Amino acid sequence: MQTAKVWRVASSPHIHAGRTVRGIMLDVIVALLPAGAFGVAWFGVRALWVIAVSVASAVAWEALWCWLVKKPCTVGDLSAVVTGLLLAYNLPATVPLWLPVVGTGLAIVLVKQCFGGLGQNFMNPALAARAILMSSWVGLMSGNAYTLVDAATSATPLAQGADYALEALFWGTIPGCIGEVCKPALLAGGLYLLARGVISWRIPVTMLAVSFGLFWISLGSAEGALRQVLSGGLLLGAFFMATDYASSPTTPVGRLIMGAGCALVLFVIRTFSALPEGCSYAILFMNLAAPLIERFTQPRVFGEVKRRA
Amino acid sequence: MRMHAFRGGIHPSREKAPPSGMDSAREAASPALAAVFLAQGAGAPCKPLVKAGQRVLMGEKIGEPAGFVGAPIHSPVSGRVRGIETRPNAAGRSSEAIVVENDGLDERCEPLAPMENPLEAPVEALLARVREAGIVGMGGAGFPAHVKLAAPREKKVDTLLLNGAECEPYLSGDHCLMLAAAGDICLGARIAAYMTGAQAIRIGVEDNKPGAIAALRAAAQGTGVEVCPLRTRYPQGGEKQLIYALTGRRVPSGGLPMDVGCVVLNVATAHAICAAVKRGEVVLRRIVTVAGAVAVPANWYARIGTPIGDLIEACGGALPAAQRLILGGPMMGMAAFDLRTPIGKTTGGVLLLPAARRAETGGCIRCGRCVEACPMGLMPTRIAHYADKGMVEEAKAARAMDCVECGCCAYVCPAGLPLTQSIRAAKREIARRKR
Repeated sequence: MQTAKVWRVASSPHIHAGRTVRGIMLDVIVALLPAGAFGVAWFGVRALWVIAVSVASAVAWEALWCWLVKKPCTVGDLSAVVTGLLLAYNLPATVPLWLPVVGTGLAIVLVKQCFGGLGQNFMNPALAARAILMSSWVGLMSGNAYTLVDAATSATPLAQGADYALEALFWGTIPGCIGEVCKPALLAGGLYLLARGVISWRIPVTMLAVSFGLFWISLGSAEGALRQVLSGGLLLGAFFMATDYASSPTTPVGRLIMGAGCALVLFVIRTFSALPEGCSYAILFMNLAAPLIERFTQPRVFGEVKRRA
Repeated sequence: MRMHAFRGGIHPSREKAPPSGMDSAREAASPALAAVFLAQGAGAPCKPLVKAGQRVLMGEKIGEPAGFVGAPIHSPVSGRVRGIETRPNAAGRSSEAIVVENDGLDERCEPLAPMENPLEAPVEALLARVREAGIVGMGGAGFPAHVKLAAPREKKVDTLLLNGAECEPYLSGDHCLMLAAAGDICLGARIAAYMTGAQAIRIGVEDNKPGAIAALRAAAQGTGVEVCPLRTRYPQGGEKQLIYALTGRRVPSGGLPMDVGCVVLNVATAHAICAAVKRGEVVLRRIVTVAGAVAVPANWYARIGTPIGDLIEACGGALPAAQRLILGGPMMGMAAFDLRTPIGKTTGGVLLLPAARRAETGGCIRCGRCVEACPMGLMPTRIAHYADKGMVEEAKAARAMDCVECGCCAYVCPAGLPLTQSIRAAKREIARRKR
């Protein structure tokens, strides 16, 4: 009899778009796969080990933390897998395997969980960990990905962008970090994220367009600017790291500023500083500015102005 | 005419697919017991005019509102008054209703006299007629129509807008009405415009209902009524979004439509106005969409006071998956908990939905989807955060009171956070502190 049925009540709305955090992270993982596959093919099976250790240790750190602080295990949201992948993609394939373990520990425990977990991290965990590793073990971090030059004196493949054919820069047959070299794979992943509505176009498009524009103006050549856009971690950063939800503004205008700001800092670093590769520092810098940007770019409340006399 | 597109919103395509076989409404069986709530929508509840045991006729007035803001209620059937009883309502509580035992004869009382040439009749007489017919906003808010149409004259109204957007997923009752009674809707709009002094009349219909647009356009020929297709996007039928779409005017924060010279009526309300003026009919029935997890979804002309269980049975019963009972649309409707809950003048839908998804363990991931979706330009996650922390002043400063509770934010939230509910709680607390 129907009247005996207990009906569940809840506050409106009563339907949901069906998106989940886990689903979003799964999309990001799928989008990252092609770049990783190329990395393994190009740098050898060693790259696969780095990726595997990085992902496994990231998940382990997350589980360990949740167990230590007695909170529900958040491994299932897959965000630790994404962090592990991103860190590995930012390492050369030659690093000793303990390095990604230390790196994911810094990323998951220090940068993410100590500040409240997913959504509360004020910097991109993978990038922050990379920066710490970079300043602690610069030799290891440069490794033979940068064999052609002496990393300590800041010369990078980037500085020699001109040494590589444009085709090589595009297809990724160059030295570099595991996940950053193959541009078609990164573009495919980025487009997938855009198509799935995981990221908005605002950050990657402004970041790439403004970078291209600034280098074009400063170098005076479109080809030179294109080389810059295809060099280093710019594409990986624009699609997968500057778009990190927690450490970028939520407002539409704020995201445009975030993208443009990343490009500007990147341009300044690459043009005027002695730092090897500027993309991760540019994004980290803008991560710190994100709360401020968000505060000043709140959308206009409907009906706030334009009162009719 | 240029259409203005509001910012944000959502497109729940799964549920918004044009309903097949739902473009006409059938007459539902009149209930054995009709329970008419003394309070129908906004405004003062009615005082009963009848006693237990008394015989009433169909259309007889059985309740009179205690104040100006309120509308009388009428018996939807003929029969004997069983008394004043409590019935579960959609707000999770119970309220008083006059219960009439139906004798099945549908013996009508003397109808109100049809008014000749309504567009030349004194406005006072028309207002009295609209009130006497018990017309309230049938889109869901239930604000008495005669109060809305008697807008203070210092607020100059130049435009009358009809809301035929029907933007809530699942609901298709207004669609049926626009197909079946386009002429009456247009005449109702013209009468309402005449009463408010509005010169322009526009009917907004979402462009997923081309049949309704064509029917209204045919009926509007030569009357000066403009029929405007609207972008299909929820909440296109939200009052402020509709006004913006049709006129480009933004209702100021905290203001009313009349602040920008507009009066907005639902198409069903316009239809009721026409019926009351032209034929002397009072509000005894309305179209109700019964959809979701039922055997055969359908639109019904249901008497006010029909228990929702009757309508679900008429649709072949609930499917086993049904776990929730929603009155109204799935975005803004209320959850009912009892099949004896009667249909009111504002009940546009009865939806049976499967169990809701469970909230996730984590909190906000700051993805910004709610900010993109908010049609009011708010930052829902921020207001909800303040609300959950009891930071009422901060919630107010973040413009919680501008929230229209459309539900877009919670609909898109991947973390499954009840953002709308949190903001609603903050609004209630802000209003309470103001008093």
